[in-house]
Amino acid sequence: MHATKALTEADRLMTVCNSCRYCEGLCAVFPAMEMRRNFEDGDLNYLANLCHNCGACFVDCQFSPPHEFNVNVPQNFARVRAESYGQYAWPFAMPGVFARNGLAISIVAALSIALFIIGFVAYANPAALYASGDEAGAFYRVMPHNTMAVIFGAAFAFGILGLVGSSLTFWRSTRRPDAPALTFADLLQAMKDAGSLRYLDGAGAGCYTSDEMTDSRRHAHHATFYGFLLCFASTSVATLYHYVLGRQAPYGWTELPVILGVLGGIGIVIGPIGLYVNKLKRKPETIDAESEGMNLAFIAMLFATGVTGLLLLVLRATPAMGILQALHLGVVFALFITMPYGKFVHGFYRYLALVRYAGEKKQLEAGGGVD
Amino acid sequence: MAMAQQRDSAGQGEAPAAFDPSRQYDVMVAGGGNAALCAAISARRTGASVIVVESASEFFRGGNTRHTRNMRCAHDAATDTLTGPYYEDEFWEDMLRVTGGQTDEHLCKMMIHESKDMLNWIVEQGVRFQAPIGGTLSLGRTNSFFLGGGRAMLNALYKTAKKLGIEIVYEAEVVGMDVEDGFFKSATVKHKGHDYVVRARALVAACGGFESNFEWLERGWGPAARNFLIRGTANNKGTVLDMLIKSGVQQIGDPTQCHAVAIDARAPKYDGGIITRLDCVVFGIVVNKLAQRFYDEGEDVWPKRYAIWGRLVAGQPDQIAYIVFDASSLKLFMPSLFPPIQSDTIEGLAQKLELEPAALAKTVADFNAAVRPGTFDPTVLDDCRTEGLTPAKTHWARKIEKGPFYAYPVRPGITFTYLGTKVNEESRMLMADGRPSANMFAAGEIMAGNVLGRGYAAGVGMTIGSVFGRIAGREAAKNARN
Repeated sequence: MHATKALTEADRLMTVCNSCRYCEGLCAVFPAMEMRRNFEDGDLNYLANLCHNCGACFVDCQFSPPHEFNVNVPQNFARVRAESYGQYAWPFAMPGVFARNGLAISIVAALSIALFIIGFVAYANPAALYASGDEAGAFYRVMPHNTMAVIFGAAFAFGILGLVGSSLTFWRSTRRPDAPALTFADLLQAMKDAGSLRYLDGAGAGCYTSDEMTDSRRHAHHATFYGFLLCFASTSVATLYHYVLGRQAPYGWTELPVILGVLGGIGIVIGPIGLYVNKLKRKPETIDAESEGMNLAFIAMLFATGVTGLLLLVLRATPAMGILQALHLGVVFALFITMPYGKFVHGFYRYLALVRYAGEKKQLEAGGGVD
Repeated sequence: MAMAQQRDSAGQGEAPAAFDPSRQYDVMVAGGGNAALCAAISARRTGASVIVVESASEFFRGGNTRHTRNMRCAHDAATDTLTGPYYEDEFWEDMLRVTGGQTDEHLCKMMIHESKDMLNWIVEQGVRFQAPIGGTLSLGRTNSFFLGGGRAMLNALYKTAKKLGIEIVYEAEVVGMDVEDGFFKSATVKHKGHDYVVRARALVAACGGFESNFEWLERGWGPAARNFLIRGTANNKGTVLDMLIKSGVQQIGDPTQCHAVAIDARAPKYDGGIITRLDCVVFGIVVNKLAQRFYDEGEDVWPKRYAIWGRLVAGQPDQIAYIVFDASSLKLFMPSLFPPIQSDTIEGLAQKLELEPAALAKTVADFNAAVRPGTFDPTVLDDCRTEGLTPAKTHWARKIEKGPFYAYPVRPGITFTYLGTKVNEESRMLMADGRPSANMFAAGEIMAGNVLGRGYAAGVGMTIGSVFGRIAGREAAKNARN
């Protein structure tokens, strides 16, 4: 018996696929499936998170709908993945709620925080809200640095703790008793596979949209992911500037935090746009409508982070700075606190699934088997 | 000649532009599988205007090609996708062996020779092969596997055909043909309730055999045929084959025979494809509905044993049989779609199978008593056999004693038929009197009987389709221009 309907269907699909195996050359999912004869919930959650949803197996399958066997792995795995985010979320599981209402929750959270900051400042020191000038420390007119550090440090810590807890739960529940020992080589291999999105290319043909194969989704994802990393790097460098060098933001245009932030900001603006446009072109049959709220929330929040961040940079010397900063802080805060519950975790689970696959593949090549 | 568009009153839809009655194509291809598309692409690349009429819907396009996975081509060296050389001589020996000599040596050797370049040509048409990896039935040296399988291969060919400007009409079944003295003039094509006349200077018939036509199967097999399952498309009714033979084309191949394997009896009537196959006969015993054994389950290794059990089961009452084995064999073979039927006792298993429990218990007990000790090895013809039992089990005989006990019900699953149109090395049809047809060509299953009079070797169907399709298209295009 499986925990959910989607997992029961995933078991049926893997039984069909395992007796066919025509897709074994497409990606990592099918070779991983072949190493098993029966599928527990943990196996299915592992396989679903190994799937990058390129759609190649759907268009290649002789049993996809309208065939009576109704084989639609990308859609079912999208459902199973979304459920797994809720199921493994730590400290509290949130089955379904975020998946369905992710976009609304994120927007409401971001706006509430922004309004709260604006309201607070307007009440305590109305002049600061519309003051202009970008002298050192100007950002802290709206919120003193230490307050900001405490509040956002706490939100970020909550997010990180949640991610670590969720990832550990995922790792443990997808481990078979005879799983190979974790090695550094597996971690490295998975980093390469994830970093290049090796399995989002339909085995070289690209990602499947409604009428053609293209690599644009992979490119958009690269822009988003590496853009995010650059933004993260920008914030980290700025933190060092503040505490180590004792220099206060905002920084000049040619300084490292700004350069990293601008590049990253551009990435998380154009990347999510590319991902959204791609979404509209995807084969609708392969999309799980129920988890789209969560997916949209994620790219919308990244996009909003990028747009408000870039605007803040450009307009930081004008009276608009205060409001923009409140908005930017609201969006970032909402992104942090929803991290463990939404699409953000897909990167962690995908990475861990790739680590598991790297180990299993080695075990298989050495003559062992998972089952 | 009827040039006007014929309409019946039932249908409503718009006439596709491809059916413009003022048009005469250079080449009309009947069918939509590998052979048809190779013919269409090859004709188009030779400069011809081409229309493809496929009776299936867009999803089900491609006949049995959508269920295939690989193609057998000769090659003199290992490649990225093949583990070693497979010389023309060895290919020919394999064909001689599987057909028992029922092959046209000249045509078959030509096909084998042409198959070498097919590995390049088919890739130029967009088809991709995968690296040889697990689960590929130890065929990594001889056979090239399509990345993503037969439907992926078809998708690539259709994409190329579209790009080249080939007209493709789905749900378009050839229901009539105007052929005079071996000269094709036009075909009547039924599309969404309307009949249209399609004129062309040459015809390539690449629309399969007659295995999904139960009335036709019954002519050879009697009422037993009603219990057969068809592993592939429901569209191979043999309509065009029948019309061609009636219009004087020479037939070849046994008119009643088909390639039959034992597949899971729970499979759908059509299109169950690869996932309903069972390759566990050797691990147990096979009984009929009277719970009696009827053939040596340990006679030979795959693939020979694979191909005889369909016929054997067809000869049993109600065309059903049951593979019975025990827990020790459960994980020795590829998993299949349906789980085995299971019980802790043989009697319990018999009840679930609706067999007489005492009869099955006696059959198993007699078998177990006859099993001699030996060293079990499923990869070779081992020394595990029975003694004093009729029929004997000559290899891999192990007692069925460790519960739980399992069974798969099996029925004959028909892959393809052998009857076809005789062709020459141009893939041009020959008339009953031996003269070549003026403008009719054939490729694929509809002419497979020329080189494959009986038996089967994995991937040969696709070789026949691609090689003769490519030749037929090229020759038809040349013919149309003369």
